[in-house]
Amino acid sequence: MNVITDLGEKKRVMEKQIAGRESKLIFEKSRPGKRVHLTPKSKISQSVKREWIPSVLERKREALLPELSEPEIVRHFLNLSQKNFSVDTNFYPLGSCTMKYNPKINEDMAAHPSFTNLHPYQPEETVQGILRIFYDLEQWLIALTGMDRFSLQPAAGAQGELLGMMIARAFHRSNGDTKRRKVIVPDSSHGTNPASAALYGFEVVTIKSNERGRVDLNELARATNEETACLMLTNPNTLGLFEDEIIEIQKMLHQKGSLLYYDGANMNALLGIARPGDMGFDIVHLNLHKTFSTPHGGGGPGAGPLGVKKRLEKFLPVPLVEKKGDKYFLNGQLPASIGKVKSFYGNSGVLLRAYTYIRKLGIDGLCQVSRDAIINANYLRKKLNGTFVIPYPEFCMHEFVASAEAQNSFGVHASDIAKRLLDFGFYAPTVYFPLIVKEAIMIEPTETESRETLDQFAKVMHEIDREARECPETVKLAPHTLPVSRPDEVAAARNPILTYRDLISQKS
Amino acid sequence: MSYFPLTEDDRKQMLSEIGVKSFDELVAKVPAQLKNPVLDLPEGLSEFELRQYLENILGENQTARELLSFLGAGSYDHYIPSVVRHILSRGEFYTAYTPYQPEASQGTLQTIFEYQSMMAEITGLDVVNASHYDGATAFAEGCLLALNFNQRQKVLVARTVHPEYRQVMKTYLSGTDFQIEEIPFTAAGTLDLEAFRKMLDMNVGCVAVGSPNFFGVVEDLDEVSDLTHKHGALFVTTGHPLSYLVFRSPGEWKADVACGEAQPFGIPLNFGGPYVGYFATTRSLVRRIPGRLAGITKDRNGRRTFVLTLQAREQHIRREKASSNICTNQALCALAVCVYLSTLGREGLKDAALLNVDRANTLRSRIEKLSGYQIPFSGAIFNEFVVKSKRSVSLLFEKLLKKGVLAGYSLEKDYPELKNHFLVTATETKTEEDLDHFAKLLGKI
Repeated sequence: MNVITDLGEKKRVMEKQIAGRESKLIFEKSRPGKRVHLTPKSKISQSVKREWIPSVLERKREALLPELSEPEIVRHFLNLSQKNFSVDTNFYPLGSCTMKYNPKINEDMAAHPSFTNLHPYQPEETVQGILRIFYDLEQWLIALTGMDRFSLQPAAGAQGELLGMMIARAFHRSNGDTKRRKVIVPDSSHGTNPASAALYGFEVVTIKSNERGRVDLNELARATNEETACLMLTNPNTLGLFEDEIIEIQKMLHQKGSLLYYDGANMNALLGIARPGDMGFDIVHLNLHKTFSTPHGGGGPGAGPLGVKKRLEKFLPVPLVEKKGDKYFLNGQLPASIGKVKSFYGNSGVLLRAYTYIRKLGIDGLCQVSRDAIINANYLRKKLNGTFVIPYPEFCMHEFVASAEAQNSFGVHASDIAKRLLDFGFYAPTVYFPLIVKEAIMIEPTETESRETLDQFAKVMHEIDREARECPETVKLAPHTLPVSRPDEVAAARNPILTYRDLISQKS
Repeated sequence: MSYFPLTEDDRKQMLSEIGVKSFDELVAKVPAQLKNPVLDLPEGLSEFELRQYLENILGENQTARELLSFLGAGSYDHYIPSVVRHILSRGEFYTAYTPYQPEASQGTLQTIFEYQSMMAEITGLDVVNASHYDGATAFAEGCLLALNFNQRQKVLVARTVHPEYRQVMKTYLSGTDFQIEEIPFTAAGTLDLEAFRKMLDMNVGCVAVGSPNFFGVVEDLDEVSDLTHKHGALFVTTGHPLSYLVFRSPGEWKADVACGEAQPFGIPLNFGGPYVGYFATTRSLVRRIPGRLAGITKDRNGRRTFVLTLQAREQHIRREKASSNICTNQALCALAVCVYLSTLGREGLKDAALLNVDRANTLRSRIEKLSGYQIPFSGAIFNEFVVKSKRSVSLLFEKLLKKGVLAGYSLEKDYPELKNHFLVTATETKTEEDLDHFAKLLGKI
């Protein structure tokens, strides 16, 4: 345990230095007269004619914006960056989020001027390179999922889901089937699933999981009827378990005229192992910022391409990238299309990163991704088993759920353990999700973590368990070494201060 | 294979510690009929090969910088200070997760708070969310918010709003019973007030307009706003946010919701994405705003702390009852906006906005004098305007492309009534020589 204590000490000293630094807002550092000259001063102001900005249209209210010099700006943001955990600096055992390493070459390609300076409305003959990238990427996603066609348009997983709901509705309507207003989701599903269905006007039916942590076939049979539009499913599910009755599930749903939607958040478990298309899913979204290594960016941008089976192809949003001879073009002539969910073609820069990643790894590398992700998860699961309750005692796929039930009897909760991990330089696992496990701690190590890191993480988890029993306050008041600890979130919501203007008006 | 820290030895030992003889035992629950599909994928490449391969493909593009571009129409080429890319390239920012753990995310949270603050100032509204996917989706959800707020059935949207924004809104609303009606435009390219008055009734929950509108015209929205509010509907506006530094902001038009594209603030053209939607509302709508919000509170030691707040609106808490399904947003792009706005600063932004006004008006006056071209809409403009040509626009564009010029955006496809019309954009990136060159070429054709 000495190793850990030393590490903790070292980190503590370092973090104290960070904590000591003031976190002034950029507005609080601003002083009138400071500025960065970007535009040739001589060319402005004197040449602007009064009639170009009629008084009735002119802005009157002064905007409160900061004024700083370039060196101050750089220092401001870089000091802020030091207050973040990130994949480049820390292990994120964050279940359901696939916080894998983001290869640097991806960033170079997405910052390439031959890409960044492309306007979305340029003539097709001037953008053949990027259209080819879109075209090939679609083919590769088709190969990996077993679907027939993809739209690269959705900006995120949740937007892919929304698009999926639109397509499900369009499909049923095209069959003259207007009664199907219900979407079934398991109680272990991601929050975006029911939210996406509801946003598009579907009624959400939640079904319970069985004692094996899977979809309960009896429940499902009871919930499915001629009003069911779609079942939304993650496989492996959020417990990290493969839905082993998927064939029976898809048969049941299809027999009753429903579609099956695959939430691709957990696709990192399946590359080269199994394909949602073969499982019978009709609609699939992928999170490129999870499985395909594009960075999370502190919350986005991501990309959520949507794949469908042949019979749903005509409903995809416009435009689709197609090829005629050796020329690529954007096909906007799809009369049955649901329309458009985003301007232009999608998060092109994210698509380019994913393309770079797939091309780099190739078939063998991609298969290795899921194998190592599964090995890492099972290894860690084994290491924590016993100290932490593992509610579903079987091998997991790329992630698993533990429970802090045992630690609970000392007054320590899953969230406390999560916060205490931060003191040791590990990001917190996902906690209290899925909702069906008490005190859930959901762990997904990904394939880009070394065995040494996993060993160290397991050691720290055991240490925190010891603390929970011997000195629970240490855990309950954690973190102790970061710039802040345990913010009062209730106060933040009761009296929302959401802008600098709010802040100064409260002070005065 | 450099992204895999496990060695062959590690794998063997780990499998044996797990207690299995082979990897296959771990995935035994996957039905045999599904297992090990044949994948039609290429072999991997070394990084050196990969770079060459990709640069070759990217080299097949001809960029808007290699050409002389007057394309805008919702995607704008503005100068981006070097600082922006350098800060965005910090792994501590771009490889960080969504800031759900405030203690480990103070950097990201503070920058979101600063982004919200700056965009609130620019739009003149009270509250801004942590970002939306893009202008079109922000616009669609802005209208949806308004309709849900006052429980009415109809949205009136100006036909002068970006065609793709209208299309996305239509798609978003297609699953609901809400109706959409388009407000026509006048011969001056502005909202037709007479028609609007007739369309307005007590079923209208939302009136959505753009200024500058898709034709580049900056509109006087006083009457539209008043009428909208008198009928108990919410007023939603969209527009190029840099224009708000010199022209009246949505807040000054008494907009309830302002939403649109913040790409002009420090984000490259990127072939249409990733961009970033701004989403601003009045304080009274704060509990209905979609997506994340950063706020300020104190930690247990009394230190100022940034947190995500009012999360009870969001999907991870409320599931089907959430105000939106949005989860992943465009956080890193919002950081770009934050750095861009800080770098130009209060005065620099005004200068940049004025320079846009100058470039577009200068070019418009020049084209107006050319024979064979007309300026159909004479109102105030920010950085783009409509030109009517005597000849076919597609032929004109073709000829200009041969001379290395992207002349603009043809309006015929979206507005059949505007035959031979096209939209020309001139931002601060265009020099006197660029404008001269373009006008001369147009004159010759």
